[in-house]
Amino acid sequence: MDALDQLVAQVQALSGSEQDVAHLSSLLKQADELLRTHALRLPFSLSSLHPTKHSLGYLYLLEAQSSGTLTREQSDSFLALASSFLTVCAPEQIRLAPDKFNSVCRRLRDQAMHLHEPMRAILPLQCAIRKLQPSSEYLTAIHADYLQMCLLSKCYKASLSILEDDIFEIDQKKTSLVPRDFLLYCYYGGMIYIGLKKFSKALEFFQHAITAPTTALNAITIAAFGKYVLVSLIQNGQVPPFPKYTPAVVLRNLKSCVQDYLDLANLYASRNIAEVKRCITQHEEVFKNDNNLGLAKQVIASLYKRNIQRLTQTYLTLSLQDIANTVQLDDEKDAELHILQMIKDGDIFAAINQKDGMVSFQEDPEQYNTCDMTQRLNNEIHHIVCLAKKLTWVDEQVSCDHAYLSKIGRDRPRYDEDFDLVPQKIYTNI
Amino acid sequence: MDGSENHGRGPTGATPEQIDVESYASLYSGHTKIARLHFIADHSNSRNLELEALRMALDEIRKGENTVLFKECVEKINGRLGPGYGLDQEWIDTVERRAAQRQEKLEMELNGYRTNLIKESIRMGYNDLGDFHYARGDLQQAFKCYVRTRDYCTTSKHIIAMCLNVILVSIELGHFVHVSNYVSKADQTPDVQDPVVLAKLKCAAGLAHLESKKYKLAARKFVDTNFELGSNYSDVIAPQDVATYGGLCALASFDRAELKSKVIDNINFRNFLELVPEVRELIHDFYASRYASCLGYLQKLKPNLLLDIHLYDHVETLYEQIRHKALIQYTNPFISVDLNTMASAFKTSVTGLEKELAALITENQIQARIDSHNKILYARHADQRNTTFQRVLQTGSDFQRETRAMLLRANLMRQDFVMKGNRKQP
Repeated sequence: MDALDQLVAQVQALSGSEQDVAHLSSLLKQADELLRTHALRLPFSLSSLHPTKHSLGYLYLLEAQSSGTLTREQSDSFLALASSFLTVCAPEQIRLAPDKFNSVCRRLRDQAMHLHEPMRAILPLQCAIRKLQPSSEYLTAIHADYLQMCLLSKCYKASLSILEDDIFEIDQKKTSLVPRDFLLYCYYGGMIYIGLKKFSKALEFFQHAITAPTTALNAITIAAFGKYVLVSLIQNGQVPPFPKYTPAVVLRNLKSCVQDYLDLANLYASRNIAEVKRCITQHEEVFKNDNNLGLAKQVIASLYKRNIQRLTQTYLTLSLQDIANTVQLDDEKDAELHILQMIKDGDIFAAINQKDGMVSFQEDPEQYNTCDMTQRLNNEIHHIVCLAKKLTWVDEQVSCDHAYLSKIGRDRPRYDEDFDLVPQKIYTNI
Repeated sequence: MDGSENHGRGPTGATPEQIDVESYASLYSGHTKIARLHFIADHSNSRNLELEALRMALDEIRKGENTVLFKECVEKINGRLGPGYGLDQEWIDTVERRAAQRQEKLEMELNGYRTNLIKESIRMGYNDLGDFHYARGDLQQAFKCYVRTRDYCTTSKHIIAMCLNVILVSIELGHFVHVSNYVSKADQTPDVQDPVVLAKLKCAAGLAHLESKKYKLAARKFVDTNFELGSNYSDVIAPQDVATYGGLCALASFDRAELKSKVIDNINFRNFLELVPEVRELIHDFYASRYASCLGYLQKLKPNLLLDIHLYDHVETLYEQIRHKALIQYTNPFISVDLNTMASAFKTSVTGLEKELAALITENQIQARIDSHNKILYARHADQRNTTFQRVLQTGSDFQRETRAMLLRANLMRQDFVMKGNRKQP
């Protein structure tokens, strides 16, 4: 019985109770070298392990097996093996080795991309995220890979099950996450929301990417900002100023990297279609290189829309001809098409009288007195209450935080008798 | 030196709606007269007017000792006014010789005073030197001399005199920041009761505000100017100007109540308005909503105002604002307005009016919507309930978004989750 067989035996023996698994974990950590040297024999050893019962050992072996370069058949079989493992593995075991787990997931992604079948990785990665997350509020390193797979296979909807969970918790120990994973998660998330045309969510994600704490300007931030500008124009018609917590290095250097986008934003404010079109043609190369040409085209469309919406503020009736002239559309036919589309999308409320070519604009018929609206309001209130509770909880956490208190304590006199303001309990807890 | 009477072939009678240069010039004295005449010459498009203005300017210059300006003016005339208005080298030489002597004398005197440290004399010395430079047209030097007297002022009278001198030079230099500075300095000086001085300061402040496009503040200053100003400040401004500047700025910037209380019911300002009946009429027309006649008066005044040294730059803006106010005021009391009627009241076409109204509605200055088909303007009343609902939903989602971002950020910071530059990593 050589060392590898011995290890497999240990894995089989020590996968029961919690203490055994912890012991196994330390054993496996030392066995890294051993596993690598025996990489070729691992497939046989793996077959003697059960992916659910012996998840931790299985994970180590699988990781070691995939570490070298793989042939086509090998990667195909790895994909199958890893996919089934990720779906059935035991969460409490694999959480002991998050870095190995991440590494297996990353290999899975690489192989799927290598085989040009990103769709095969989506489901396993989704399971993997759920297994690794202590709760749905945790971000894992797998998030970014998962979203990337969804993007590549254009399965935007599939990603929502993960993307719609609000992420609050960042824990490097539990998920062995690095800052880059967070930035990529924000960037890919934003792109998926663009694909789904949920622009306000996309903006939220890009803003996270732009304002993430950093000491150096990086490519992800720059790319995110380019898209952020375009989506802001589509959604709001203007680019909001940076939030005040934006890192100084971003504030200082970002603008010079994305001048083309800012030029476009400035021209957009003039509401002149011809100018905006000219600007986009002028910078076409840049937009194309950044894969943003499609978005830039949507910016033009949004300007037409916005200009027509402005007319509804001013006019009750207006002829199609006048609309075409004011909005710089080619002819009445074009104007009619635009308006029809906008009425369909619920962007404006209007009726077209084809007999005399007049459009009459109406007010928003929403009276906020339907059941649906009440339901929606209720939902919103519910969300806000949940959020407020969380906020209070976090606030309590912070006010009990040792580091925070010691910092505050230096600036403030101790509350010796001031029991009204801070409960004594806090101090006894420390 | 009696040029104005010898050359009686003035164009005053030829173009009746044009400005009467002679009577206009008679309102002013000193430098501003020359400057204003020059301005008219530069900006008028009629040759007669230009020559007339230049002729009077040259006559005025000959009374002083500004040889630089004399040469400039002669150059502009370019022999078009006959031999009487050529380059009089003899005059120039005499004046320059005299000036050089006088400067030497003044500087010597000043040096003497300064060695003796007699405060009052030093002040007088600087003042005289300032006067001298001012007369010679060296405004920068004059400004410096006047400012220097400041350290030697002992009474509030001196301070006021110093301030007025500085203001005078600064206005001519076009440095209106100094003007407002020194007006406030003078205002802070205790025991100034002389109504003429106060009126002068008000005018200067008004001009400074006008130049910085703060029309409302300018209007306030002008309408508060005491009528005792009379022609005492003719080296800067004529009482007629106070009426015009004040009236137009007030129309452009005051609301209806303010217009009534501060302009129309202002007995003091009424005196000024009496001097310029057109402005008085147009203000009353505006208040009485006779817009056609009001705009008519404005159109008639426009060519002359464009020749005004202080106002020309602001005429377009002021006119635009007055017109907008008129439009807003017209639509205000109605639920619906027939655009045809309104267009005739404003003497404009319906399409033009529609454009103007659309612009005002977009700027949210008029709450109304245009029925372009039937050419009717309907007032619009915002539905409070709906807007409240909209705002509630908006605020709710904003709050959620911001709070989520904040919580996430707090966790990022707590984990010290900072993207670091590659170079620093091994």
